[in-house]
Amino acid sequence: MGAEIEKSTNAAVVRHASLLSLRGLTRRFGGLTAVDDIDLDLAEGELVSIIGPNGAGKTTLFNLVTGLDRPDGGEVRLDGVPITGFSPEKLAGRGVARTFQLGRVFGNLSVMENVLIGAHTRLRAVKPATPLIGPLLELGLALLRPAAVRAEEEQLREEVRGILARFGERLLPRIDQPAYSLSYANRRRVEIARALALKPRLLLLDEPTAGMNPTETTEMQGLVAELKAGGLTILLIEHKLDMVMRLSDRVIVMDEGKKIAEGAGEDVRNDARVIEAYLGHGLSQPAAAARETAA
Amino acid sequence: MNSAAPPSGPLLRLSNINTFYGQAQVHFDLSIDVQRGHIVCLLGGNASGKSTTMKIILGLVRPRSGELTFDGASTLGLTTPQIVRRGIASVPEARRLFADMSVRENILMGAFVRNDSAEVANDLERMLALFPKLGQRLSQRAGSLSGGEQQMVAMARALMSQPRMIVMDEPTMGLSPLYVDRVLDLIRTINKEGVSIFMVEQNASLALEIAHEAYVLQTGRIVLSGSARALKDDPRVRDAYLGGAVVA
Amino acid sequence: MSSWLDYTINGLILGNVYALVAVGLALIFGVSRLINFAQGSIYLVGAYVGWVAVVALRTPLFVTIVLVAAIAALVGLIIERFGLRPLQNSVRIAPLLATIGISFVLDQIVMLTFSPNPRALPSQLPDIRFQIGTGTIGPLDILIACIGITSALLLFVFLRYSKLGWAVRATAQDRDAAMQMGVDVNRVNQAVFGIAAALGGLSGMLVGMYYNQIDTAMSLHATLKGVVAEVVGGAGNVPGAVVGSLLLGLVESYGVAVFGTSYRNLFAFLLLIVVLVFRPNGLFASAKQAPPEPLTGTFIAPSRPVHIPRWALLVAFAAFALLPFLPVSSYVLQTLINAWLFAMLALSLTLVAGTIGLVSLGHAALLAIGAYTSALLSLDFSVPVSMSIICGGLMSAALGTLLISPSFRLRGHYVSIATLAIGEIISLVILNWETVTHGPIGVSGIPPLSLFGFELVGVASIYWFSFAVMVLLALLQVRLLGSHIGRSFRAIRDDDVAARAYGLSLNRYKALAFIFGGFAAGVSGGIAAHLYSYINHETFNTQQSILALTIVILGGLGNVAGAIAGSVALVGLPEVFRIAAEYRILIYGIVLLLLVRFRPQGLLGTI
Repeated sequence: MGAEIEKSTNAAVVRHASLLSLRGLTRRFGGLTAVDDIDLDLAEGELVSIIGPNGAGKTTLFNLVTGLDRPDGGEVRLDGVPITGFSPEKLAGRGVARTFQLGRVFGNLSVMENVLIGAHTRLRAVKPATPLIGPLLELGLALLRPAAVRAEEEQLREEVRGILARFGERLLPRIDQPAYSLSYANRRRVEIARALALKPRLLLLDEPTAGMNPTETTEMQGLVAELKAGGLTILLIEHKLDMVMRLSDRVIVMDEGKKIAEGAGEDVRNDARVIEAYLGHGLSQPAAAARETAA
Repeated sequence: MNSAAPPSGPLLRLSNINTFYGQAQVHFDLSIDVQRGHIVCLLGGNASGKSTTMKIILGLVRPRSGELTFDGASTLGLTTPQIVRRGIASVPEARRLFADMSVRENILMGAFVRNDSAEVANDLERMLALFPKLGQRLSQRAGSLSGGEQQMVAMARALMSQPRMIVMDEPTMGLSPLYVDRVLDLIRTINKEGVSIFMVEQNASLALEIAHEAYVLQTGRIVLSGSARALKDDPRVRDAYLGGAVVA
Repeated sequence: MSSWLDYTINGLILGNVYALVAVGLALIFGVSRLINFAQGSIYLVGAYVGWVAVVALRTPLFVTIVLVAAIAALVGLIIERFGLRPLQNSVRIAPLLATIGISFVLDQIVMLTFSPNPRALPSQLPDIRFQIGTGTIGPLDILIACIGITSALLLFVFLRYSKLGWAVRATAQDRDAAMQMGVDVNRVNQAVFGIAAALGGLSGMLVGMYYNQIDTAMSLHATLKGVVAEVVGGAGNVPGAVVGSLLLGLVESYGVAVFGTSYRNLFAFLLLIVVLVFRPNGLFASAKQAPPEPLTGTFIAPSRPVHIPRWALLVAFAAFALLPFLPVSSYVLQTLINAWLFAMLALSLTLVAGTIGLVSLGHAALLAIGAYTSALLSLDFSVPVSMSIICGGLMSAALGTLLISPSFRLRGHYVSIATLAIGEIISLVILNWETVTHGPIGVSGIPPLSLFGFELVGVASIYWFSFAVMVLLALLQVRLLGSHIGRSFRAIRDDDVAARAYGLSLNRYKALAFIFGGFAAGVSGGIAAHLYSYINHETFNTQQSILALTIVILGGLGNVAGAIAGSVALVGLPEVFRIAAEYRILIYGIVLLLLVRFRPQGLLGTI
């Protein structure tokens, strides 16, 4: 398999600078292999897209990387350190942030509060790392609110305002409104703002433009391009292929759990196997022959 | 029995359907016709809105605006069981058999809306003639069959209600090439007996082999439509899937 | 002296009876993913209808059986049609609360009609026993076994060979696919509720005859036992429920044989907790599958809380603070003292159930822990009362959290079931741990309330004391809600998957919620102990838990002002209108049902 796939960059260079690397990642559900022996390298600052038809295993792969699901085989490394099977909480602490298909914001929390949750793993003053009595200290500090705690909260709020400013007038005017009252597109923006508040080393975006109209899609595309330009390492699942082509350094195509192509956008798009995976495999030989004679 | 004029017009018509999931718009002015006795395919990639179309037809999801008529009468607002009684049967995505019930029970569940038990028994015999492999598996638990065999059961189940139209959601997904051929042949056979078929498919090549007409859906809009024969060789179908803008 | 065979027979017979309840629960759960808390009430209805038939109407046994089954079935149909069907598209917490409310209302109606005193329910069967090996068996045992086996056969035939039975099975396996076959899911729900109710009602009648006693306290335990059996067998699994019931019957029987009758229920509830924690799928499923989650996820109603302007709050505070200076009767003050104590419990529950989303049904147990701790410390160790009350709060926080923690890994309805069972276990432990808690005798002579050595004499001083403590706890809670912890609680409630993805540890914050809430409840219990000067295992009971829940729903889940306002309303108003005690609980149940149906976000809105 390795011989067939063309990589657009030198494999050895990619491995050294890998922020995220997957080796032989596998996940089975009963008799079905949803993710089949996947290798992947993501260098710092790269934007790599994963595309593929329905049921190809893309979201399952995301879940394996972000700890929502445990792999049956293979390993995941972040910065060279093994993180296979780590819980989502732990991964958040390591700088891995993700958004969810169709968006998962906290409906009854305001925009500000939603994004502040993103920064949870960065709380220091109010969340001492002391074992055992740590939670009780946290409770005490939250109730007492000494100067250091208040300062930290205020600083985070300033940061949140800064993040929301990136979305122009879309979110700032609604900063205290509950998330359930926002439009769908705005809710997805809040989700991304929340991810940014984590100050992630790695950002995983699961179909960020699902359900959006062309204008909203273009806006989101612009935002993702900005994030990439700012140096963020991004792994993206998307179906809107022109967007994928414009943003990605590399595109990986999955089908039935396997990686079937990898490379620059245009190459992948014209790859016969990719076309076949999307448009469908034709009839089997005997049937095709039968049709010929019947016609 | 009054002898009305012979039925005319499409059997199923969707007109300017707009569907929303919460605030996300999934269909934009969708219009589709299924002519009597035809096989019509709805094609499109992921997130195009194909499956939602099935749900609209079966009454599982209500569109926000637009019209939906079956045999001239509107079905908007009817419950799913009511729609099924009007003569539409379904073969759901991934089969969705009743896994803990036997094959025989599953097939008979298809006739749930019927009251003529003698006729139903005859139809069961017909199914076994049409799907000979199932004869040996009648008392097996449906969940233990292979994907292809389950698809056979699902189709038999759909036929048992003596429907005028069957809606199928990705009937060839996950099947081995052998069963793919079988399924397509069966669809042709059923159609020859007068059952109209509306099929949602991701696999454009296969679908266009058997359909009369086809529609291509891209992010909730119909971007191409016409006779399947014409579309089979149309490069714009590929563009619709692989994200180029489709120049109509 | 009974032989082991006797205990085995006893266990199997009992298991038979539980099976009738458990199978009904399994059917309902399979079809609608709902744990029917009202099942025990239908069991109660069956017992009393049986009494009416046997004692008042003197109908022959066969007619009695048919009558009980028919009336119970009718009640079940009514519950489904009018209590649950309207909630089909409502928020997910609604059906859970609705069955709790219905259970309350039904129990009270029975109690009001028949009085709470236990009655005898003779079985009308000859009092002879047959020898079987080393054990004996009587006609009633045989009757129970017959009814059990007949019901099982009828159910089997129904499910296997009838059209409606197939519809039930199909709906339980795949609701959408069943609808696409033309199955009318409403009819299926009706059928299932009717069958479950008939079986449950029969079960109540049979148990009544078995012990020759029926009383209104049967209801709650019947539900819990049924749930234990159902969970052990695997949620929604009908044959599993039968096996689980027989197992439960045997466990109980042997447990009683070894430890004595007062431990009967303890074993049942412990079994429930053990199964929920280690094998939530039941004993017969492989451990790896994800359990079928009974209506989980975000289930409170989104709403904007009513904004109460600060001046209004200050005015209300001043009004209540200055009240003793006005010429009001001590009766009014005493009522309000009661209201403040309930408010503390409500504050605790609104934090736990509302802010972080763990609908705890055993919250009164936290009162009990606080009360006993404070009482015993001040009585046996001469700890000053104000100190002992604080210790009561701390003990409730620590012990309460520890005991509730097994339920942290559960979701949705299972949390409520687990907390209900844990509450019952705590109550039973208090009853049985005589060396520490004095058992059924209770603790008397508890020193009166005092502050810094000065005894609080007079209603006014007690009023101010409890008011002050409540206000203090409320202010602390508001501060907590405004902090990052409050925000974390609410995030976990709204979407725990997303919360985890951003580093929130669920166990940590659930524990913190119970620690804070446990302290508030424990303090309330402590104050109550010194106020009443006598407590026993029945002082803090499930009814108070349910009242607290109603208050919390009325005020708005998570809403501090709402908890206080709700307490004043639901504790105060019945006094104002001089409503007799028996009718109050009925009213609470009805209020809960109305709220759930028409305004699940409560008066002041959820936060």
